[in-house]
Amino acid sequence: MKSRHPQQPGTEFSVPGTVGEGLARHGVSRRAFLKFCTVMTSMLALPPSMAPAMAAAIAATRRQSVIWLSFQECTGCTEAITRSHSPTLENLIFDLISLDYHHTLQAASGEAAEHAREQAMKDNAGKYLLIVDGSIPMANPGYSTIAGISNYDMLVDSAKGAAAIVAVGTCATYGGLPKANPNPTGAVSVADIIKDKPIINIPGCPPIPVVMTGVLAHFLTFGTIPELDGLGRPKVFYGETIHDRCYRRPFYDQGKFAKTFDDEAARRGWCLFELGCKGPVTYNACATTKWNDGTSFPIQSGHGCIGCSEPNFWDAGGFYKALSMPANPLKVGAGVAAAGAAAGVVVTFLNRGKKGAAKAAHETTTLNDLEQ
Amino acid sequence: MSASLEKGVRVLKEMIDAPIASYFNSCVHCGICAEACLFYTETGNPKYTPIHKLEPMRRLYEQEYTFLGRLAKMVGLSKPVTDAELGEWQELVYNSCTLCGRCSAVCPVGNDIAYMVRKMREGMSASGHSPDGLKGAVTRTVNIGSPMGIKLPAVKAQMKHVEADYGMTIPLDMEGAEYLVMLSSMEIINFPEYLGAIAKIMRQAGKTWTLCSEAFEATNAGMQIGNSDLARVIVKRIVDGAEKLKVKTVISPECGHAYTALRWEGANLVGKPFSFKVQHIVEVLEEFRLAGLLKTEGMETDRLTFHDPCQLARRGGVIEPQRNLLKMVAKDFHEMPDAGFMNWCCGGGGGASAIEEGEELRLEAFKRKKSQLDAVKPKRLVTACANCRIVMEEGLEHYQMNLPIVGLTEMIAEHIPDPVDSK
Amino acid sequence: MDHLQLLTWARGPGLDLSLGVLVLGVIWRLIEIYGLGRKQDLSAPRDVAGASGWNTIIRRSVPPPGMFKTSPVSYMGGYIFHIGLAIVVFLFAPHIKLVQGVLGLAWPGLPSQMVDFVTVVTMAAMIVVLFDRINKPVKRYLSTFGDWFTWALTFIPLLSGWMAVHHLLVPYTLMLAIHILSVELLLICLPFTKLFHAFTVFGSRWYNGAINGHKGVPV
Repeated sequence: MKSRHPQQPGTEFSVPGTVGEGLARHGVSRRAFLKFCTVMTSMLALPPSMAPAMAAAIAATRRQSVIWLSFQECTGCTEAITRSHSPTLENLIFDLISLDYHHTLQAASGEAAEHAREQAMKDNAGKYLLIVDGSIPMANPGYSTIAGISNYDMLVDSAKGAAAIVAVGTCATYGGLPKANPNPTGAVSVADIIKDKPIINIPGCPPIPVVMTGVLAHFLTFGTIPELDGLGRPKVFYGETIHDRCYRRPFYDQGKFAKTFDDEAARRGWCLFELGCKGPVTYNACATTKWNDGTSFPIQSGHGCIGCSEPNFWDAGGFYKALSMPANPLKVGAGVAAAGAAAGVVVTFLNRGKKGAAKAAHETTTLNDLEQ
Repeated sequence: MSASLEKGVRVLKEMIDAPIASYFNSCVHCGICAEACLFYTETGNPKYTPIHKLEPMRRLYEQEYTFLGRLAKMVGLSKPVTDAELGEWQELVYNSCTLCGRCSAVCPVGNDIAYMVRKMREGMSASGHSPDGLKGAVTRTVNIGSPMGIKLPAVKAQMKHVEADYGMTIPLDMEGAEYLVMLSSMEIINFPEYLGAIAKIMRQAGKTWTLCSEAFEATNAGMQIGNSDLARVIVKRIVDGAEKLKVKTVISPECGHAYTALRWEGANLVGKPFSFKVQHIVEVLEEFRLAGLLKTEGMETDRLTFHDPCQLARRGGVIEPQRNLLKMVAKDFHEMPDAGFMNWCCGGGGGASAIEEGEELRLEAFKRKKSQLDAVKPKRLVTACANCRIVMEEGLEHYQMNLPIVGLTEMIAEHIPDPVDSK
Repeated sequence: MDHLQLLTWARGPGLDLSLGVLVLGVIWRLIEIYGLGRKQDLSAPRDVAGASGWNTIIRRSVPPPGMFKTSPVSYMGGYIFHIGLAIVVFLFAPHIKLVQGVLGLAWPGLPSQMVDFVTVVTMAAMIVVLFDRINKPVKRYLSTFGDWFTWALTFIPLLSGWMAVHHLLVPYTLMLAIHILSVELLLICLPFTKLFHAFTVFGSRWYNGAINGHKGVPV
């Protein structure tokens, strides 16, 4: 993907159709916008000197056409991203983009809605950003359709002209809850179907709003996708485990664990590992960015991490079972013990028979028998 | 002429039992047994590591008595034991093992390696891979009556000498005597003092005792070569003799392996518990001492030390009595390093001294005893095993050490005052 | 299969499978070994205090007189490695949770920094013991594939567990899965390799103690 060249600073807020013009129309000052960009650069772990460049780049950009597809999902991801609206500047991120299709948020309905999608695809062929939440049912296309179009067909069709795809939420990224055993709909992720487009995975159930906006800002600034890990997640947000950045970590290291949710240890804020916290195997930014404008995150509220941003977290052995506990209770104990005893008895029977036969065949040695 | 690999393997299959299975499964190849074995410590050759001496038996155990071993043998992963291999192992199982049991005393997982070597010898002898020296000894014992070819007339001649020297009659075939005294050929030929010592001790203690014309030889080359059938023939003579004379106790002479053969293996060889007690002469002396029946006068004043025969001490459980007895007569007694339970073998026990081709190795191994002796620098060395005595005399001569060796019983007897009325 | 799935498999079916093989194998092998039986000893016993199988099970944990200096590396390495392994396996909080999950038994653990230190010491002891095995003629002579294999089988769980805790080389989730899988391999192999001495050591010491105890020798 080509990176965009920022125009001269100072002009970007007046060029019609650009983000800068949109911001100006909404009464957002350059100063406030620059502040937003500074926050974004620090969140993305870019050098502070990048903030003006980012501001220039975003302001000069034509508002990015975005098509948002929702498949087998609960609308939690959309709920989450709307929670980021007020009152901070983050909500204005929507003015950075042209959200051409989002069937929960758009005003149009029915054929008009579908028309908007087709129009955007035609107008911005090869340039639009496709955001997907929800998984795709493969067992039967009828499990989930929009305007009579199966999720699979709509995804494949929409992906063709997309510059890149952002899979939002654990359903779109890894199949999520619909894929949980026994996966009745044959749910799969976006990456399971689309192989020829760059895909950014932003898992979480739901993902952290600021992480969604941060990834979009990165894409708008550089026109490239951020550095991803092996699971397609931006490393900048998913580089460390919850456990590593958890404020309760010292208690883990000291072996201080809450045993129930209301014991003295829990009240003292000790580690929730034994109550099933999946923080050690969950790569996400909750412990640092937190939720609701940095207010709190699940562990801070007294509940262990359930690992919602990890693939197949639903089937990872139970939310309240410590990571060190067996994922499924051992049910073979008595059976294998009996089988072992049976095997041992059979071998012993054979052994004793063999030894007995050797004894029975014993020829008393005489002096002559010492020589071969 | 029927020894064969097949027979050897069959006998080994008879021998392998739960302890052996447990031992083989426990070995972690830590090599500590090597440090306990004088054949390794004095040569530095790792092939003398005790557990390695059992390698063919270990493989046979796995192939015959474990499911996975059978499987491995079936698919060719585990090679069958061959005749040539057993031939190669003969040196390790006989020449370089005296069944001293030091390895069994140190193995961290508790393997009784000497127990296994003893059983392995059963298979070795049945397959024809036993040393000629031991074959000769066992043949002479079975055919003539003693490993050195001594017959009753020689014993009788010895008795006459003692009777003349000490002025006492040596009872022979006396029914109802309390003690039946056994001898080893070594004592009959080389250390005739022993018989006189016994006579003096018994007279002082006022005990009845006898020799048996049908069973005077205590040593058991059948056990040394590792053949229970032949060992049984030999031990049976003693059992029959003791039963016929209705003695209460059979006294094993100053000979370590004779004690083991009679005291611990005997009943198992004949297949029934003995009707009489078996005691080593040292145990008898200790009993007399405790009962006040053993009184000595005078003390040895030269620097003395004591060599514990392995079969008496580590493998027989008699360690303190010999020290208590020495205290009665020795003023200047000093222990060698590792004395007692952890004492080092003379290098010729378990039949090894009868193996001619093992002499060089035996002398090499004797360096261990030499260094023990060098640490104490005694004027005389006391022991309670005629075989140890012979082996050590050879070793001392080889290393040109001038150190007389004396039997404990004989030394005690020298301090028993002559009864006034006998003069 | 992604990392979490691998981990979940290791914690679930993998654990079931390996514990199943362990229980089956241990019972089978114990019967196979001890079912061979032994002959009754007909000789008259000599009773001496302290000479018995049970005594030897305890007594053999300490080097007999004079032996320590002959093999200091084997003894020290052996002590540090076995005690260290026991501490790491049984006193690390997550491990206790596992035992609790399988057997319902629990006991207090040690702080993880202390366990971390013990792990490093244990690994160091294992490396020293490995060098000793390569270096010492007797050990090298006795060593078979099984000796190297079981060393690795024991070392990898320690190393992977330690690396998982310290987030080295690969993501924690994957390293934790590798750690658990390596332990499972260890459990599966335990009944069928020399690792089985963990069970038979008691029987072997008992037999030695009982056989020699019959003669009144406290070995």
